[in-house]
Amino acid sequence: MSEAALPRRDATVPAKAAKPRRARPIGSESRLVQILLIAVSLGFLLLFLLLPLISVFVEAGARGWSAYRAAITEPDAVAAIRLTLLVASIAVPFNVVVGVAAAWAIAKFEFRGKNLLISLIDLPFSVSPVISGLVYVLLFGAQGYLGPFLKANGIEIIFALPGLVLATVFVTFPFVARELIPHMQSLGSTDEEAALTLGASPWRVFFSITLPNVKWSLFYGVLLCNARAMGEFGAVAVVSGRIRGLTNTMPLHVEILYNEYMSAAAFAVASLLAGLTLVTLALKSLLEWRYGDAIAAARHH
Amino acid sequence: MTVAVSIEGIDKRFQAFQALRSVSLDIQPGEFVALLGPSGSGKTTLLRLIAGLEQADAGRVLFGDVDTRDLSLRDRRIGFVFQHYALFKTMTVAENIAFGLRSRPRAERPDGAEIKRRVEALLELVQLPGLERRYPSQLSGGQRQRIALARALAIEPQVLLLDEPFGALDARIRKDLRAWLRDLHSRTGHTTVFVTHDQEEALELADRVAILHEGRLEQVGTPDDVYDHPATPFVCEFLGEANRLPVKIVGSQAFLDDRPVLGGLTQNQGGPAALYVRPHHLKLVDDVPLSIPGIVEELRRTGPLRRAEIAVSGLAKRLDLDLTSQVAPAIGERVRVKITHATAFATA
Repeated sequence: MSEAALPRRDATVPAKAAKPRRARPIGSESRLVQILLIAVSLGFLLLFLLLPLISVFVEAGARGWSAYRAAITEPDAVAAIRLTLLVASIAVPFNVVVGVAAAWAIAKFEFRGKNLLISLIDLPFSVSPVISGLVYVLLFGAQGYLGPFLKANGIEIIFALPGLVLATVFVTFPFVARELIPHMQSLGSTDEEAALTLGASPWRVFFSITLPNVKWSLFYGVLLCNARAMGEFGAVAVVSGRIRGLTNTMPLHVEILYNEYMSAAAFAVASLLAGLTLVTLALKSLLEWRYGDAIAAARHH
Repeated sequence: MTVAVSIEGIDKRFQAFQALRSVSLDIQPGEFVALLGPSGSGKTTLLRLIAGLEQADAGRVLFGDVDTRDLSLRDRRIGFVFQHYALFKTMTVAENIAFGLRSRPRAERPDGAEIKRRVEALLELVQLPGLERRYPSQLSGGQRQRIALARALAIEPQVLLLDEPFGALDARIRKDLRAWLRDLHSRTGHTTVFVTHDQEEALELADRVAILHEGRLEQVGTPDDVYDHPATPFVCEFLGEANRLPVKIVGSQAFLDDRPVLGGLTQNQGGPAALYVRPHHLKLVDDVPLSIPGIVEELRRTGPLRRAEIAVSGLAKRLDLDLTSQVAPAIGERVRVKITHATAFATA
């Protein structure tokens, strides 16, 4: 079949090429295709991303400013906001320290089981958050493996702050390490070696060479980690128990309000979370615009 | 502040790769030594071992009488200039140079004014005054190289180690920096070891050249020594172009295809040998004893000289010959060639 088609194509090509055509760079698509592609992607973004975001703010303000204020200053809402900030302020620094340590180990040293460690770091991305929550219930819950021991010693993990922090740490762990590993690997370790030959102590090498070299990737990782820590729903929902004013984080509070047909209040609290997303996005764009080259080395996914 | 470096029987292996095999080398205080070899010959590994950035599997490195295995990196006081300089990009030039001084324990650390003064003096020494506030990314390659050197000199090193110091620079700046580095060495007098794969650089700069091949030290000697009296065929071929003639040595004469081509050999070696002859050690002559007949097949320009390629019967490869006179033979002309100097290595 192709043999039959070939001669005919050969015959038509020279005729076509002979006609003067509008000059355009080799390999680029026609104008129509360009417009179509841009329209499709823009349309998708508007419809599925921007529109819901706008509707959150519109719905939040639907009952007026005083209703909005009432919704977010109501004691349960305040407690949820406090709890969310508390969980994030524990989980994020923890993940920064462990993430930096893991990235450092992977990028600067050769050891057995390195590939296993890299896949383990990615694990939380591939596991459904609900499952990671359930794992903690299984481990630390009243019927769990360690439940009786914990109960005997008066330690509460599930349906309490420690459980929320554990679940959040698990889900948000990859963000810092994933940002840092490719950047650190691309930098190599000659800067550190230079600092060591100049007589610097290992601590000084870390704080004055290693950390400053990756500060923008680190900041970027912290930003993403924080956004996810505050917005995490699935894993937290399982371990929280949803005790109002006690173990309810903002995302859980939003869901409860919504289920109780208090949609204006739900959207009001949701608008705070959405606001956080916008701030993160703005900071991220600012970073990329200002320090694009430094960050480019770190981009991987 | 300058010491002798003694390298004693160093072995180093990276997994399956034997990087260094019982390498021993004595370096005098204030000496300027080049470690020369092709890539993979172990020269950079040896430099990193002297610096303490790698640990030897066997053998030791002494600074003066002190075994460096007992010294921390800080106490070794090494000035190491990395191939790509490894300047700290988040710091200014002044902060880079001051880094070593600021890293000292509090008791030995000079005060701010003293550090500032030393940074200025070092920038003066490397002929880049006034660049304190620049960042490495704002410097040219040659400037970075000199800042890296200033940073290494700031800690008043016992030994200065340079890894391919001119590797990342273009040809013209290379030439300038070579002369400058030689001059700097004669002024500061540090024991200096540098790694290079460029034989011209090694011969021009160093007091002594150590040639490495597959982890072994092939020969150590002054540039004249190693160039004129190569110890092995590898050294001979690596240091410069050479024609290789399979000959048979009988008595004091070398025979190519039963024709005597070179006399006066003092080596007490009969039998088959390889005769290495540099292109400038071949001369066009009239019909004299020991001359080799051939036909000019190619003429080329190689910088200041012209190169003739001459086909000789019994040789698979043409002989390369540097023409010293302005009068050149024509292509196709029958000529006679005489060897003025050669090195013979017995072959099995």
